[in-house]
Amino acid sequence: MHGLINRAIQAFVVSTYGEDRWANIMESADLGFSEFEAMLFYTDAQSTKMLRALERSQERALSEILEDTGTFLVSNPQVEALRRLLRFGGVNYVEFLHSLDDLPDRARLAVADLHLPALELVEISPGQFDLICQPGLPGFAFVLMGVLRAMADDYGDLVILDYRGTQDGTDQSAEVISITLVETDFAEGRTFDLGAHSL
Amino acid sequence: MMNDADLLKIMDLLCPMHAVVDAAGRLVSVGPTLKKLRPDLEWAGKRFFRIFDMTRPRRVRSMDDLVKTAGTKLHLQFRDSPQTGLKGMLIPLPDGQGALINLSFGISVLEAVRDYDLTSADFSPTDLTIEMLYLVEAKSAAMEASRQLNLRLQGAKIAAEEQAFTDTLTGLKNRRAMDHILERLIGSGTDFALMHVDLDFFKEVNDTLGHAAGDAVLQSVARVMVECTRQSDTVARVGGDEFVIIFERVNETRVLAGLAKRLIRLLEEPVPYGGKMCKVSASAGTTLSTWNSGTVDAAAMLHQADLALYAAKRAGRSQHLFYEEGMQKDEPETAENGVH
Repeated sequence: MHGLINRAIQAFVVSTYGEDRWANIMESADLGFSEFEAMLFYTDAQSTKMLRALERSQERALSEILEDTGTFLVSNPQVEALRRLLRFGGVNYVEFLHSLDDLPDRARLAVADLHLPALELVEISPGQFDLICQPGLPGFAFVLMGVLRAMADDYGDLVILDYRGTQDGTDQSAEVISITLVETDFAEGRTFDLGAHSL
Repeated sequence: MMNDADLLKIMDLLCPMHAVVDAAGRLVSVGPTLKKLRPDLEWAGKRFFRIFDMTRPRRVRSMDDLVKTAGTKLHLQFRDSPQTGLKGMLIPLPDGQGALINLSFGISVLEAVRDYDLTSADFSPTDLTIEMLYLVEAKSAAMEASRQLNLRLQGAKIAAEEQAFTDTLTGLKNRRAMDHILERLIGSGTDFALMHVDLDFFKEVNDTLGHAAGDAVLQSVARVMVECTRQSDTVARVGGDEFVIIFERVNETRVLAGLAKRLIRLLEEPVPYGGKMCKVSASAGTTLSTWNSGTVDAAAMLHQADLALYAAKRAGRSQHLFYEEGMQKDEPETAENGVH
């Protein structure tokens, strides 16, 4: 699994629970190192060990922890870069949702060896969408749930998200997240200034 | 039939940075994004060249010149500050009615977006500017992550080098290794002799034949020292041309004196380098752990060997002396070394 993904989880744990908690998790994972490097590559087995240790330490379902990680990635000022990159997807939430189809390609433009599962947005009716997340990165759909929720806040819209499981009930098939847009301009969103990024 | 107003509306959407000039070179209308760059400016009726300065092609001065550039790439900039650079292309309007000039930011787009607070609504949806801004940010973020990794690796490399025990030039032990060995010998109560060797005339080799020659000499010196000593002895390079040899379980001054003599003789054999012969010699001073009553102190022994070495240098170089009580670096020597 790409270092960026491992590193994102590390950033979430350190920022939310502190360095000590992370050190304990990595000790329990027994990988022989204590930090992930964003620009290196790790085996799936290494990432799985870390995730299992994380789950043990938190005593919560991994799906919930991953969803919180997704929220953290968008809403925490420490990782502002990712939120900005996502905001480039559209001027409103619906446009942003449609831009998710391009997300894996956009990710690859930024980091050539970062492969994210293919995403497909299906508009069921106005304001009602299914986001189909192809397999390949276990847990990615939960991180997406957190990202989708936080991005709705970012745009100031109110949405209801529902994780519908896999399409045919097996682990190998695509997962579905249903998205209901309840109200646009529900709250004051965060501003997005195209030129705010200092070079 | 479409009239001019309809056309301009289309132009506003497709090319929001266009300008229409009349046959006299005066602005008729400008697109909404161009207008946003100078919101307080009354555009209509102003002369195009009053607002924009043509940087390439240079010789374009009049409206006639301008129309002749039709279809080619223009480089221009605002005359007033911020002097944002723009790219453009002119298309003459029919019947000599003037021209349509479409503008874009080109490479200055990053500053422009910041300077004028532009949003994605200011660019046509088919314009790739937003994608380009995305790419610039994504690349910066990725580069930053890479830079951080490089910094950490650099730090780790320095730490690893500091922890290494080998002198990379000669392959001998370094000062750090020597400290560890002294500590181990003293801790275990093992007798040992400590010899401090300093090359004579090494600076001359470096100065006249260059550092590469100096390096070759040091490597040759290291080989000689290793050949003259036993496997159980330690040879360390502790400074530019300074070496320390630790002889484990050696207390006999006769053996040490003989060895030192042989060592100095071998070190005096010229080292060929680049067709020249590099000549150095060496002075040495030795002390024994058994000469120290009570607890043996590594620093004190190094100091004793150092004093003996200085005595040997003062006695005319190329010789070896044992430490004797009362030895000290005399005044002129200390002054010369800048030690007070």
